[in-house]
Amino acid sequence: MKDIIFNVFILVTIIPCFWVALSSNIVHAAFSLLITLFGIAGLYVLLGADFIGVVQVIVYIGGILVLIIFGVMMTQRGKLLPLSIQLPGKVFAAVLTGVILVALLLVATRSLWPVASVLGEPQPTSAAIGDLLLGKYLIPFEVASVLLLAALVGAVLIVRRSVRGE
Amino acid sequence: MSYSLPSFLVVSSLLFCLGMYTVLTRRNAIGILMGIELVLNGAGLNFVAFSRFLEPSQTTNLLSGQVFTLFIIAVAAAEVAVALAIVLSLYSRMKTIDVEEFKQLQG
Repeated sequence: MKDIIFNVFILVTIIPCFWVALSSNIVHAAFSLLITLFGIAGLYVLLGADFIGVVQVIVYIGGILVLIIFGVMMTQRGKLLPLSIQLPGKVFAAVLTGVILVALLLVATRSLWPVASVLGEPQPTSAAIGDLLLGKYLIPFEVASVLLLAALVGAVLIVRRSVRGE
Repeated sequence: MSYSLPSFLVVSSLLFCLGMYTVLTRRNAIGILMGIELVLNGAGLNFVAFSRFLEPSQTTNLLSGQVFTLFIIAVAAAEVAVALAIVLSLYSRMKTIDVEEFKQLQG
């Protein structure tokens, strides 16, 4: 049963991914990315990472994807451009990606990972993650919040300057 | 595929490679951003998979993997906000987001 659900989530994740990479319509690519992100949230939950799964849905789908779709809508006036590069470049990219994919698959399947012999039942993770964030990882946590603040201010500044036409 | 560590690694490898192909072949700046999101998600999935499957020990807390994924999500949010600001700024200046057109810095 678990394997069936797992495979369904894999398909939900990977198939729209091909659309993101290959579709000739940027709006289709954006909505395929939505389905992919949902599939990844499902995989997180299957891995026992309930908190990360919810954060994935809230931040990626509620925030990042909405921003991307806004960007698509605001930049599509005028003539429709070809979305991808021409054929020789595509072949080069496909070969390069294929080589890296083969190497990654070999590493993933052939290595001897120090896997736990008995998998414990998934426990609720929110409390433990909170402890880690405000204990062991306090400094990275604060740096991340400063980074988010800087990104917020920087984004507003960049867009304002271009609107004023400098 | 069965529910095991290598299956998750295969899925995240596919995510990474499709994201890389997207970054390499798109001419649309927002398409490139989508590819970057795929790559970051592949990395995050790897972290969470390792935190679930690896052998626990006295010195390491396996939940660290999930914390790293949280940081990846935070960095992705910051990255996409700044990148979209740059793209919109370029669009209002050049009236296009085709990355092949941005050649001012070419020597």
